[in-house]
Amino acid sequence: MNTSRTHRAAVIGGSAGGLEALGALVVALGEGCPLVLVAVLHVHRTSSVALVAQSLSARGSIVVSEARDKEQARPGQLYLAPPDYHLLIERDGGLALSVDAKVRWARPSIDVLFESAARAFGKELIGVILSGANDDGSDGMAAIKRFGGLTLAQDPASALHAMMPLSAIERGVVERVAPIEGIAAILRARSGATEVER
Amino acid sequence: MKMDEETVEGIEVDLLLEALRRRYGYDFRSYARATVERRVRQFLSEMSVASIADAIPRLLHDESFAITLMQHFSISVTEMFRDPEVYHVLRSAVVPLLKTYPHVKVWHAGCATGEEVYSMAILLREEGLYERATIFGTDFNDAALQSAKAGIYPLQKIQEFTKNYQRAGGRRSFADYYHADYDSALIDSALKRRVTFANHNLVTDTVFGEMTLILCRNVMIYFNQELRARALRLFTESLVRGGFLCIGTREDLTFSEVVDAYEVVDAKARIYKKKAA
Ligand SMILES: C[S@@+](CC[C@H](N)C(=O)[O-])C[C@H]1O[C@@H](n2cnc3c(N)ncnc32)[C@H](O)[C@@H]1O
Repeated sequence: MNTSRTHRAAVIGGSAGGLEALGALVVALGEGCPLVLVAVLHVHRTSSVALVAQSLSARGSIVVSEARDKEQARPGQLYLAPPDYHLLIERDGGLALSVDAKVRWARPSIDVLFESAARAFGKELIGVILSGANDDGSDGMAAIKRFGGLTLAQDPASALHAMMPLSAIERGVVERVAPIEGIAAILRARSGATEVER
Repeated sequence: MKMDEETVEGIEVDLLLEALRRRYGYDFRSYARATVERRVRQFLSEMSVASIADAIPRLLHDESFAITLMQHFSISVTEMFRDPEVYHVLRSAVVPLLKTYPHVKVWHAGCATGEEVYSMAILLREEGLYERATIFGTDFNDAALQSAKAGIYPLQKIQEFTKNYQRAGGRRSFADYYHADYDSALIDSALKRRVTFANHNLVTDTVFGEMTLILCRNVMIYFNQELRARALRLFTESLVRGGFLCIGTREDLTFSEVVDAYEVVDAKARIYKKKAA
């Protein structure tokens, strides 16, 4: 058997239609995936991410929770940014929240998460852009690529809103485009959970 | 020797922070690192400096350059009645107890441009406590303190402030508390009478005595564990017995060494009461 673990973490960003895509991803990851998983979804400032986390947890075998400041991110778990806070990852794998100004109208901002993660995990990071109707995340994907990480985008044709994956693809910073099941297969393979990449 | 780019960047940031500390006395080494690095990058791009390494000699020799950087580290994003539900709890669970004190001293640590301080002034006034209160707003950013003293905010923010005020259980019309002037809103001068703004640095300064209520919201989120512990010790020492501490809604006392010194007043609003003994 030839399993090889090449990556340690994946950061995921989505906006309109992103929650649906993330839900499908959690289901598609099946038994789980030994990567640190951290996601930013654009949500309204009064929405409850804790409830979202609960319902995502119920859909698969990945433990999903709202990220807490200074908490150590653990492999196999998915952390969601709380509403109205930016979420960053420290080089030691700790999660960090911030109330810095919105970045291009967004807080949490996908770019902010991705740019910090790119520095924390370097080439052991995978960046994933899901459905969305704006272009947050493209700068972040560029940073991930620059530091040697792998960049994936949901196939725009399969996304509820194509603009977010499309704008990253058009920037030339996406290495592979795949539907949700394909993304899940890559994540599992790169984490050493399965032997072959489909 | 080959070294990853992100590792080299980390060394550059270390050197920059060291220069800022040794030359100007501002110590950001105990701040949450990812945000510090982000702000350094932001500063460089705004100042059109090509690399962190290039910024270091300039920082050493150009004080105004250093002050601009320091202000980037202090990013003072705030609003009036931010997290309205917290003010609701302050009103219903804390104010009744404050009313038992002959004099009330409130300290906002990390008050930024003052919106939180004036929100408190409004709340205390509506509760009939303002005349026996003294409210202190402190920050280490002098520019932010200047704006706080002026109490002038962009008129376009008023709509959001008003919405927050109403959701916070405000009893009057928010328009009673400011005067519109072109595109600015001036805070009513009565709300300034019992308010004092002063420079205080949570990294280097000490106790700010005998407070009945301390609010330090969304400041310790930027500190690492040790600095956060220092700040929490300082607040605990500055509070009277039975005094209240209110921290940011995504901040935590749970794993801190002072947790036993407090009882929980409202877990969600992050309001705690210092125990008697
Ligand atoms: C995000 S603002 C919080 C404002 C307000 N408390 C609120 O929650 O809306 C953070 C403030 O903390 C201040 N700050 C950061 N480090 C500090 C320190 N060491 N001492 C005092 N103030 C500090 C910054 O200058 C900034 O104004």
